[in-house]
Amino acid sequence: MTAMQIIFLLTAIVTLVSAFRVVTTPNMVHAALWLVAALVGVAVLYVLLSAPFLAVAQVVIYIGAIAILMLFVIMLTRREMRDRGPQTGKQWPWAAVLAALLFGGLVWMVQSVGLAAAPAADVPETAIADLGKALVSPNGFVIPFEVASVLLLAALIGAVYVAWTRRNS
Amino acid sequence: MIPLNWYLILAAALFALGLFGVLSRRNAVAILMGVELMLNAVNINLLAFWRYRAPVHSAGMVFAVIVFAVAAAEVAVGLALFIAVYRRFNSVAADEINLLKW
Repeated sequence: MTAMQIIFLLTAIVTLVSAFRVVTTPNMVHAALWLVAALVGVAVLYVLLSAPFLAVAQVVIYIGAIAILMLFVIMLTRREMRDRGPQTGKQWPWAAVLAALLFGGLVWMVQSVGLAAAPAADVPETAIADLGKALVSPNGFVIPFEVASVLLLAALIGAVYVAWTRRNS
Repeated sequence: MIPLNWYLILAAALFALGLFGVLSRRNAVAILMGVELMLNAVNINLLAFWRYRAPVHSAGMVFAVIVFAVAAAEVAVGLALFIAVYRRFNSVAADEINLLKW
């Protein structure tokens, strides 16, 4: 077992324990903090997959923006659900069975396919520069990139409109 | 070197946990957290396949970047909806928001 594998296993344990606490802890603020821990674990996995740019984007976008936005909304909507009453609906055993079946099926599928153990090639030195060029080149992914920008703008306007307080009504 | 299987099984476990959270939690914000876990599992899969199958092409990383953008848009709209719902019902429990249910 190499050092990389030990790092992977430690990261996997941290990520999965954090994810488990996200879906089971009754306190929503704690759930958001556990979500941050799980997202950090995923960022470490991106580094192990030699995608450092995406690891930084994970920290900036997911942890810096999304998780903090969730903490804001938890604090804004806190009064009703705070630590009282059941946090899970009465359908939770069915949800657990379904999730376990899905996990078992996916593991069975992954094991039966027989995938390569080692990467096909090394990541080129210019991987991040290639990514930047591919995102703006007409032969690459400029249309998905522009569609994603329009989607973000529409989501921004939509979010402001939906959450707007109408003082007159 | 880490076998590709390990990444895929970890991503499957993360996805299953996220699915459990989406299906079982009552708080709408917790449901959105489950969706985030599922999106992260998908992103791990995309990057693992990019690294092990086609590291010389940037398509895998572009996919992951697009998933990031879509996740940010989804969270922004979802949380705005929850704030609007909270103003109306004074609650974000998913089973109490039943205006459209008959």
